Amino acid sequence: MASSSGTASSRTASPGKVPTGGASVGSASPGDGGDGDGRPAGAVARVRRQLPTSPWLFAAPGLLVVGIFILYPFVSTVVNAFTDRRTLIPGEFVGLANFRELLHDEMFWIGLRNSTLYVLGVVPALVLLPLLLALLVQKNIPGIAFFRSAFYTPVVASIVVVGLIWVWLLDERGLVNSLLEAIGVGRIGFLSDQWLLLLSAMTVTVWKGLGYYMIIYLAALANVPRELHEAAAVDGAGAVRRFLTVTVPAVRSTMVLVGALSSVAAFKVFSEVYLMAGPGGGPAGEDTTLVMLVQRTGTGLTGRVGYASAISVVVFVVTVALMLLVLRADRKEDA
Amino acid sequence: MSAAEKVREVPAGSEARRRRRGRVTDENGKRVRVWELALRYALLLAVLALTVGPFLWQLSTSLKGPTEDIFSSPPKFLPGDPTLHNYDRVAQTIPVWDYALNSLKVATANVVTNCVGAALAGYALARLRYRGRKVATLVFILAMLVPVEGIIIAQFTTMRELGLNNTLIGVVLPGCIGAMNVLLMRNAFLNLPYEIEEAAFVDGANTWQRFLRIALPSVKGTLAVVAIFAFMGAWDDFLWPLIVLSDTDKFTLTIGLNYLHGTFANDERLVAAGTIIAVAPLIALFACLQRYFFRGVGEGAVKG
Repeated sequence: MASSSGTASSRTASPGKVPTGGASVGSASPGDGGDGDGRPAGAVARVRRQLPTSPWLFAAPGLLVVGIFILYPFVSTVVNAFTDRRTLIPGEFVGLANFRELLHDEMFWIGLRNSTLYVLGVVPALVLLPLLLALLVQKNIPGIAFFRSAFYTPVVASIVVVGLIWVWLLDERGLVNSLLEAIGVGRIGFLSDQWLLLLSAMTVTVWKGLGYYMIIYLAALANVPRELHEAAAVDGAGAVRRFLTVTVPAVRSTMVLVGALSSVAAFKVFSEVYLMAGPGGGPAGEDTTLVMLVQRTGTGLTGRVGYASAISVVVFVVTVALMLLVLRADRKEDA
Repeated sequence: MSAAEKVREVPAGSEARRRRRGRVTDENGKRVRVWELALRYALLLAVLALTVGPFLWQLSTSLKGPTEDIFSSPPKFLPGDPTLHNYDRVAQTIPVWDYALNSLKVATANVVTNCVGAALAGYALARLRYRGRKVATLVFILAMLVPVEGIIIAQFTTMRELGLNNTLIGVVLPGCIGAMNVLLMRNAFLNLPYEIEEAAFVDGANTWQRFLRIALPSVKGTLAVVAIFAFMGAWDDFLWPLIVLSDTDKFTLTIGLNYLHGTFANDERLVAAGTIIAVAPLIALFACLQRYFFRGVGEGAVKG
């Protein structure tokens, strides 16, 4: 490693400029990897020739990938939403016809309803439960590292694995029903009733997300000043009181972040419902979500790319709206 | 943290440690009361049962032989006569090892492209001064905000135009340099003191040498996190491969599992064995690398 001695004067020199001779003399430290010894002038000239191009070379792969596979598809989704494009037919501009059709499409309203219900059902649980879990694993008692890792396991597992595990757990003859029967409640058809199915899928989403948001909260809790807790304890506040008056205000911005992340993710739900209800979306398609609808209408040889894109645009708009809503709620509380 | 870090087994077996109560202190250095500790462990074990229990039940189901009742009530938690028979049957039903290999190819490629691409682009955004750097940063921020689920159909048509649909390359490409990872690397490079590189610059090292020999070795931690997330993300991905792959011989594990479940849904032992095959390597990988995840968490607590 080169030491930074004697470069105080060059600190202001930007890499694009040739540093003054005074700075380069004596700054070549011994043993700096064997390069740059004895040819500083030539090297500087080389750097100078390189600089205008190499940064772009560095950034080019990333820019290309993001441009071709994220930004271009985004723009073409918005454009396609106003055409009647199909998988094999380029299609033509049809104005707002797709959106007009959406308004009269029963499936679209079912999808919108389910995705919205998903947000309402999942977000409160995912904001609160991981916080309590983080408080539980915050204390460094023996074995706590094991528990933290164990609680993170559902996050690591693929959503397909998680979905299939729960399909088996909630089966008519599965473990949950065996236990319910053993205690005399009787068997419940979790996966055959449309509302119970949606509720089951939400449970899976919450179960899988617990560990993920727990880590986010743990990082936030580490920054809560201890003095606050001590002061509250001296004032005689109990644990619950301290949680409400010290912990919650201190991690409130994190709670907002978790709320934003989980609501956007919940609105775009696909895998859990797809796996538990089947590709058709459960009984009579009643459990279809918006993204499932995008996948179903837009793929295949006869896929209606234009119509699916219109549904995607609705997903974009709602996603942005959710973000703004959460951020505004945050600002309101600040005032 | 470090003391607790070394404990890897369930604390049920650490009676001796619990008896030396003097060692157990809270973050203020005060002793933790016994009943409070007992309550904590009780709650921890309850949550443990909820988070890990389902996996264990799946494992147990996959080990139960064809003569054993898997539907009994009350349930039998342990297989009476454990057998690997179901795992053989999975391999006979679907080419599960080929699928695992496909998943491994995709995940490995994703790690390499993300680490290289994100490190290069992140360095460019953090260090180098040139016009358009702000625009480039904005491009990545915008890309991060695009909801992938919404553009999946357009990504598919893009792949078709490139003639890459129904290939593993097509599975890897859209996420091969994640905008999020680029921004993560950028922040890591921004946190490095600039003087070190300046000295190397003055010594005549070019951009490439500064990046490779000085900057990159200093951000190994972030690079490891990017690698872990890239591997797991690719290994677990479902929606995109489901759309882009149509030939059964090109399936990744997640799509193969979905196919197995769709075709043999009534054979719970078979599906259970399939899910264990898919999830076991990942849990093992995570167990080995978990300290990278929790590094920095609990920094606020007193070491001890």
